[in-house]
Amino acid sequence: MAKNTPDTHAHDHGHGHGAGHNYLNHEKGLWSWLTSLDHKRIGIMYFITVMLFFLVGGLAALTIRTELFSANRLVDGQTTGAVVTASQYTRLMTYHGAIMVFLVIIPGIPAFLGNFFLPLQIGAKDVAFPRLNLLSWYCLLGGAGLAVASMFYGGADTGWTFYTPYSISLSKAVVLLVSGAFVGGFSSILTGLNFVATVHKLRAPGMTMNRIPLFVWALYSTAILQVLATPVLAITLLLIAMENVFQIGFFDPALGGDPVLFQHFFWFYSHPAVYIMILPAFGVISELIAAFSRKTIFGYTAIAYSSIAIAAVSFFVWGHHMFVSGQSEIAGVVFSAITMLVGVPTAIKVFNWVATLHKASINLASPMLYAMGFMFLFTIGGVTGIFLATTALDTHFHDTYFVVAHFHYVMVGGTLMAIMGGIYYWFPKMFGKMVNEVMAQASFFFIFVGFNVTFFPQFVLGAKGMPRRYYDYLPVFEPLNRMSTIGSYMIGTGFVIALIAVIHALLSKQEPVGDNPWGAKTLEWTTTSPPPHDNFEKTPIVTAGPYEYR
Amino acid sequence: MSTVKYDAHGNPYAMHYDSPEHEYQTGKQGVWLFLATEVLMFGGLFVAYAIFHHIYPEVFKIGAKFTDWRFGSANTIVLLSSSLTMALGIYYIQMKNNARAFWMLAITVICGFIFMAIKYVEYSHKLHLGLYPGAWYHGNLEEVAHHVGLSPEEIPANLALYFSFYFMMTGLHGIHVMLGMGLIIWTMIRLKRGDFSPDHYTAVEGVGLFWHLVDLVWIYLFPLLYLVS
Repeated sequence: MAKNTPDTHAHDHGHGHGAGHNYLNHEKGLWSWLTSLDHKRIGIMYFITVMLFFLVGGLAALTIRTELFSANRLVDGQTTGAVVTASQYTRLMTYHGAIMVFLVIIPGIPAFLGNFFLPLQIGAKDVAFPRLNLLSWYCLLGGAGLAVASMFYGGADTGWTFYTPYSISLSKAVVLLVSGAFVGGFSSILTGLNFVATVHKLRAPGMTMNRIPLFVWALYSTAILQVLATPVLAITLLLIAMENVFQIGFFDPALGGDPVLFQHFFWFYSHPAVYIMILPAFGVISELIAAFSRKTIFGYTAIAYSSIAIAAVSFFVWGHHMFVSGQSEIAGVVFSAITMLVGVPTAIKVFNWVATLHKASINLASPMLYAMGFMFLFTIGGVTGIFLATTALDTHFHDTYFVVAHFHYVMVGGTLMAIMGGIYYWFPKMFGKMVNEVMAQASFFFIFVGFNVTFFPQFVLGAKGMPRRYYDYLPVFEPLNRMSTIGSYMIGTGFVIALIAVIHALLSKQEPVGDNPWGAKTLEWTTTSPPPHDNFEKTPIVTAGPYEYR
Repeated sequence: MSTVKYDAHGNPYAMHYDSPEHEYQTGKQGVWLFLATEVLMFGGLFVAYAIFHHIYPEVFKIGAKFTDWRFGSANTIVLLSSSLTMALGIYYIQMKNNARAFWMLAITVICGFIFMAIKYVEYSHKLHLGLYPGAWYHGNLEEVAHHVGLSPEEIPANLALYFSFYFMMTGLHGIHVMLGMGLIIWTMIRLKRGDFSPDHYTAVEGVGLFWHLVDLVWIYLFPLLYLVS
């Protein structure tokens, strides 16, 4: 493996550990960031952009909930209870979904935390293709730019799924938003490609595949999905744009096309995409549970290979989105059975995490609180997924708030909880400073409680038959909707506290936190905080597994 | 992290690798992963083709009559030859014969031009008859039927679907041919500049793999679009 030649050492001379030379002060100025090939800096740039998109998507969500606080009533010829118009509402819903999926949750963990920590965790100096890594960030920005442009053409109102034939009815906004998702998809492909090659080729000496941390296993499984599934989204979105501009007629029933074919294409990517969104979260949780239980993780191999198993099975479940779209009964039954199969490797993970907690010395610091919150919320989300996989129940639940509650429990209760836990956990490594623990715990309280207040009532609303995506609802659903809206404000408060905590920590003057404030065992904690430009002063030689606690 | 290091023979490699060989192997793996994404992207179109061919077999049977197998065969031969010259280009770089390598790459680009020129002739012929994709189709029924020697009743109502597939598939493929030509020209410039040696030619190898994939896609498109009648 790489020897430290004199020139790689040169700029480290005269600096000790801690406050000396690091990736943050390696070069100065905005331009040095925008052209940086350092995976750590690119990770931080993803952090900032993803947080900005999250703010936009979050504000859209709060507006949606505010509109749904009251059922609209006609009093003396005036409509009361409405905050936005119906057409504004459908656009808010579309952009909330598209932004949160394509610009927040998909890049959230891999491109931000993964970019920063995957090379550190395997003892590499960088990802395999640093230029492609930077290009991926610009692809995401380009995609976001097109999405913004689409707003100036009246905005798309198709929902983030772009179902045909509505989405092909000659709307420039849809073409632009679809192109945005297309360009943003390249960001995802490039990240995935980079991670697969990095894991295969750049592990430090002694870092065998059975010694890589579980976060790396999760990112690796995700990367395979990104490489294999995203191109199918690309061709699907390209066809939608072609339909819209040239009316080629693949999906347009008026021209002999088949709209359900679009759904097949779309979900062939977008169901694996659900695992692109959740697998990295599993990886973060594995790290947190091991570090804060101060115990070797239970069932390393089972957790590692279950990620691969989930990735593999995820390619054969897409038809469960089309139980009521006119798909054959046989197909429905087969997709239903395979979908339930996903529950097995997922449950293996949850059971192993719980087993790790058994007789552990648990430290309930803020990252661990988020990990516990994840396990509680994700389990609800996962089990309701099994309900929806059952064809008979899905016929009733399809397109109701039950589905909305289910995927928010998985995506927000799962992925966002993991991102938050991961940020608090790795913050001292990224910036050499600790986040104020009181604020971090307060943010957890508001997000966790608020989340349940928001989304649990939606299971009930959905079971009672309230349809999703609608601007308005029957007055009988009002009490639970009010509860849900109040909960959403609590979530918003929690994220504002988290933002303040992060800014406060960045601006604060603190004693250096040291290399390893949490006493964790993975490789990134052996280098300085923040890490030097080259990650490690000497390429580490690995002689043991990642979680050698006791 | 872009700092460059040199091995004992003066071959450059990025400093996060161990050796030029390490960089080469990793780069090649990256290209293969990229090719996998290409296969899946074209795969979507092939699946759509299979489904619609199953629903409307006569559309493809009649539609293919509007293509000329001679043009298609010529293009197949042109692309196959270009794959050979591409491979020879890499071979001559390995043999330290950069002048010959340059000519091989140049012939590859010329083959790309010939391919696109023949495509241009085919496209203009179809557009002239009004054989546009989807809703833009405006061929005169009598004229169209006469062109392939059929009676107007034998022309399927949604014949336009064939041309949607024809233009979509060959169009996406054509874009790849042009991208490939651009990439080969880029490697030619770098070759002239002396960037490559028998120990260091990752970029040419990667572009070559891409070019072979583009050929391979055509090998499937040719029978599916030209020979199905």
